Amino acid sequence: MTSVMDVPADIAPGRLSPREYEVNFDDATPPLNRKQALIEAARCYFCYDAPCMEACPTGIDIPSFIRKIATDNVKGAAVTILEENIMGGTCARVCPTEILCEQACVRTAQEHKPVTIGALQRYATDWLFDREIQPFTRAEPTGRKVAVVGAGPAGLSCAHALALHGHDVTVFEMQPKAGGLNEYGIAAYKMTNDFAQREVDFILSAGGITVEYGKALGRDITLAQLRADYDAVFLGIGHNAVNALRIAGEDLAGVSNAVDFIAALRQAPDKSALPVGRKIVVIGGGNTAIDVATQSKRLGAEDVTIVYRRGPESMSATGAEQEWAQTNGVRIKYWAQPRTLVGSGGSLREVEFEYTVLDEAGRLAGTGEVFRVPADMVFKAIGQSFVPSAVGEEGFAEILEFQPDGRFAVNEDRQTSLANVFAGGDCIGGIDLTVSAVQDGKVAARAIHRLLTGS
Amino acid sequence: MANLVSNFVGIRSPNPFWLASAPPTDKEYNVVRAFRAGWGGVVWKTLGEDPPVVNVSSRYGAFSYNGTRVAGFNNIELITDRPLDINLQEIKSVKRQFPDRAVVVSLMVPCEEESWKRILAQVEDTGADGIELNFGCPHGMSERGMGSAVGQVPEYVEMVTRWCKQHSRMPVIVKLTPNITNILGPARAAKRGGADAVSLINTIQSIMSVDLDVMAPTPVVDGKGTHGGYCGPAVKPIAMRMVADIARDPECQGMAISGIGGISNWRDAAEFISLGASTVQVCTAAMHHGFRIVEEMADGLSNWMDGKGFGDVKAFTGMAIPNYVHWEDLNLNYKIVAKIDQDTCIKCGLCHIACEDTSHQSIAALRIDGGRRYEVIEEECVGCNLCMHVCPVEDCITMERLDDGSSYMTWKEHSNNPMRREAAE
Repeated sequence: MTSVMDVPADIAPGRLSPREYEVNFDDATPPLNRKQALIEAARCYFCYDAPCMEACPTGIDIPSFIRKIATDNVKGAAVTILEENIMGGTCARVCPTEILCEQACVRTAQEHKPVTIGALQRYATDWLFDREIQPFTRAEPTGRKVAVVGAGPAGLSCAHALALHGHDVTVFEMQPKAGGLNEYGIAAYKMTNDFAQREVDFILSAGGITVEYGKALGRDITLAQLRADYDAVFLGIGHNAVNALRIAGEDLAGVSNAVDFIAALRQAPDKSALPVGRKIVVIGGGNTAIDVATQSKRLGAEDVTIVYRRGPESMSATGAEQEWAQTNGVRIKYWAQPRTLVGSGGSLREVEFEYTVLDEAGRLAGTGEVFRVPADMVFKAIGQSFVPSAVGEEGFAEILEFQPDGRFAVNEDRQTSLANVFAGGDCIGGIDLTVSAVQDGKVAARAIHRLLTGS
Repeated sequence: MANLVSNFVGIRSPNPFWLASAPPTDKEYNVVRAFRAGWGGVVWKTLGEDPPVVNVSSRYGAFSYNGTRVAGFNNIELITDRPLDINLQEIKSVKRQFPDRAVVVSLMVPCEEESWKRILAQVEDTGADGIELNFGCPHGMSERGMGSAVGQVPEYVEMVTRWCKQHSRMPVIVKLTPNITNILGPARAAKRGGADAVSLINTIQSIMSVDLDVMAPTPVVDGKGTHGGYCGPAVKPIAMRMVADIARDPECQGMAISGIGGISNWRDAAEFISLGASTVQVCTAAMHHGFRIVEEMADGLSNWMDGKGFGDVKAFTGMAIPNYVHWEDLNLNYKIVAKIDQDTCIKCGLCHIACEDTSHQSIAALRIDGGRRYEVIEEECVGCNLCMHVCPVEDCITMERLDDGSSYMTWKEHSNNPMRREAAE
């Protein structure tokens, strides 16, 4: 009898026709046209003290922007959005609205059908972007200088707000492109037509921001030097480590981090050139797991299985995200944890899992019973972290205060233990979304502006 | 099953639903389709003297509200633009094909006795059941001294009505224009002239919208616009008030009423009938959805009548009129306050902000354990109904009676009224 172990790993590019790649990586949620937007906007009740607004981490005045759409004042709607959330365009595409604004929408309470706020937000912001309108004007230069490390959502949000106040901002970015996870970490079909870069260009076109690419903290620049050269520093440096499984076989060919695969996929101009396994196993339960699984399927993988150690309600990917993966043909297997990555000839062939349950004390426990899932590739998606010691700067871990999990300790202004150093985004934790990173940058910018102007 | 058969001043129809004089009744083809769909009668689109009028291209304007199309509608079309003899032939043909349906012919000729006398004879020859005098058309024809130009002068209404009664055996329905200060003027004039019935309302003079690019009123005709006649669901309240004013007027008693104005479904029809109309005429709803809407109207009215125990339309015609009183006859001791059903409240806050900003500050916006709660402050509530109307959840806000129901006190007796009538010793 032939065992799975005898069959060589099947990892190959070009599994689909050119047309299939095109369809699979096109806009997963096509935008509303004007007619659809008007009908949807008319469903908004224009609530007083609107629950949706409170549910938005950036506090966008949602009833107002929707009312503006309803009256064909689309420019006004876009400005209302962008004033609170400069990445309103990305958030319209990637926000898990089903657990934020749309969950809070009173129509959810009334009829389980919220106003599709995300889609309306996209309608308004697309309108502005398509016309290349720059609605923001920069104040007179103040002569004050701020360094922002990391050109992701937190950093760009902070930089933009400070630049509008007239401060000169230099953004240091280690990657060749700005945008952070908007550019490198989100499924391709959510961010079509190079939207992340178009948004970056829009933000930078307001003026006052210089981006220095290829500059990493601890390697090319140091916090100590930035503090010496600038009036204030904002750190929006995201995660710098991926959690490991810490089981046997992690070094086998075919085992990789989901975030690396997602980044490579986003940067690949030709998706057909990307090799993908016939059988894929994804370990984890967040949006990264969903994105890597669904995109593998869309690259032509035959069997894709997400294995998560708890039940569906514990997954950090929302119900809608889980459903999205499932309708894409991804199997989600709950209540199992990986035990061993089994290889043959240095290549991964199978993953051994152990069933899990909650014990009497409510703790996760293995049952001892195992099963194996054949796999040409395994993607690890069990979370990322920030490790201060991984920042290559001498003494970095000593001059700042950190939370127990390693992320920066900040106050409500996103100010670190150093008075002129602020931080936001994934490196301070929180709900791990573009929208919250944008809010961090915005809040920090207000505090930095007060610090610089004494106002 | 309720009996919907109607006998309107001797004009019989299987139900009280007639199509009003308008584009849907301009020719045999349409009218045959309407009768096949189940309409009880039609008022043929207004005939005039030859040569026929000429209509413009671009004729209708519409008012859409919050995604609802054609909440209001207007037109700048004139009377029929087809030769008189073609219309007369077609009327005759239709009546022969559908002897059980009402075929009423709308007329508009210059204010000269000979003109009316001539056309009345021609119409009578078709076998039509009656005539409707178009004293209402508010645009175009009025500039030529016809339509509402006649309807706005009670003496002319009376005079032409009298001619028609003198020169014809057919029942005469006078169609009234709402573009006047007091509907009773022309209504009483019609009565004095001998009219069998009035029909109302004709359309209201209106500018539908302004095209802000062209800078002209819509519908735009080659860069220019004119005022048109407003109709559709939006005009129903205006029409009903005029119908009711005539229905309760002692001088108008004995004159039948055909109600017109935004009637789109059985409920609208039932409301008009309860205010004294004994047939209803429909146009905009048919122009929006086609003739088949009559099936729902007849079915809905019949089911509602069965539920209420009304055997025929006559059983509830004018039934609401005794309760349509002047303001000074309302009970000042009646007191209601808003009540919010917390279980169905969706926390939109519209009741609060409406009351807070524009009314009596009697709905409190509370936060209890972070959750929103809106509560009525009964001492402040005047029972205005505003919150109930703005609430998007049906029956979430209801108005509850709070007074003791003891005495009925009107303004006429109220102590604040310097002209009050003292109770008799």
